[in-house]
Amino acid sequence: MMRFVLIMSDLIMPLLFVYIILYGFSKHVKIYDTFVEGAKDGINTVIMIFPTLIGLLVAVGILRSSGALDFISSIVSPITDKVGFPSETIPLVLMRLVSASAARGLMLDLFENFGTDSFIGRFSSILMSCTETIFYTMSIYFISVKITKTRYTLIGALIANLAGVLASFYLTLYIFGR
Amino acid sequence: MLNYIWGIMILIGIVVAAFTGKMPDVTNASLESSKDAVNVCFQMLGIVAMWTGLMKIAEKSGLIDSFSNKIMPILKFLFPEVPRNSKALKYISTNLIANMLGLGWAATPAGLMAMKELQKLNKNKEIASKSMCMFMIINMSSLQLLSINIISDRSLYNSSNPSEIIAPAFIATIVTTIVGVIVGKILGGVHK
Repeated sequence: MMRFVLIMSDLIMPLLFVYIILYGFSKHVKIYDTFVEGAKDGINTVIMIFPTLIGLLVAVGILRSSGALDFISSIVSPITDKVGFPSETIPLVLMRLVSASAARGLMLDLFENFGTDSFIGRFSSILMSCTETIFYTMSIYFISVKITKTRYTLIGALIANLAGVLASFYLTLYIFGR
Repeated sequence: MLNYIWGIMILIGIVVAAFTGKMPDVTNASLESSKDAVNVCFQMLGIVAMWTGLMKIAEKSGLIDSFSNKIMPILKFLFPEVPRNSKALKYISTNLIANMLGLGWAATPAGLMAMKELQKLNKNKEIASKSMCMFMIINMSSLQLLSINIISDRSLYNSSNPSEIIAPAFIATIVTTIVGVIVGKILGGVHK
């Protein structure tokens, strides 16, 4: 199984290249010219989101370094302890909302301290797979089209995220046990 | 909304840092993060340009059209306000497939293009349309079917079975997406 997954992951990109290029040939598209044209669009896109990204990473950096997430975790952990939710993973749950790379760092810390095959290790692996960084995605996409009123997007995304946390927790519990 | 979130993130950080004595870290982090952002952008330039170049070939050759036609029933259900022949649906389907395959770098430019097209259809340019809200919620619910990064991180940390999380992660991803769609539909119905 593991082998199959790794082979698959190595093959996705090359196969996509081959597929798109052969398809382009079959429809007589000038593929290299078209590639360059598309790449230009991509560069413009990145330059467009550059300022947004700076602002976002600074805010995330400040939040991260202040220890605010640990502080919030310490407030909610008495409640989560009651239902048997591992309080060690609360910083990860919160960090996942704001930064993918910082969340990965926290997940690796949990792997280091509790082991990948512990309840905490499995839970955090599944959680990381089924959730996204909400604030990053929202800022980049909405600011790019100058939308200021995002209506119910945030609450909807947070509910889906919470569903992911609960699903990860119960799936880990039922499939692997404590 | 985003303005508030951004401001609150910074303010909470600084207030907490004042109590925990981590002010120097905060100063450091704000400078370092702005530098990091430049590095991230430089890396993105190459990778994103490669994907948008490749996607342009797929677009011109009609590959994306044929794919979005295949998933048209789903698109019609999710985005009933968007006309069938709109370019937005093409970019949305590109974004969704790239996300499913775990190609985040390819998903972002297509997603941004989709937002641009949705904005053209939007009546009030400051307020997100229903289709935008739905598209964003789906995007933030994670669509990646196989989390290869996580599996490789697990094997890096000596898991006895790194890929044992594939099935539960798959189910959990479907749960978040379905919940996102349901919540998006309900909230979209409430907010007229």
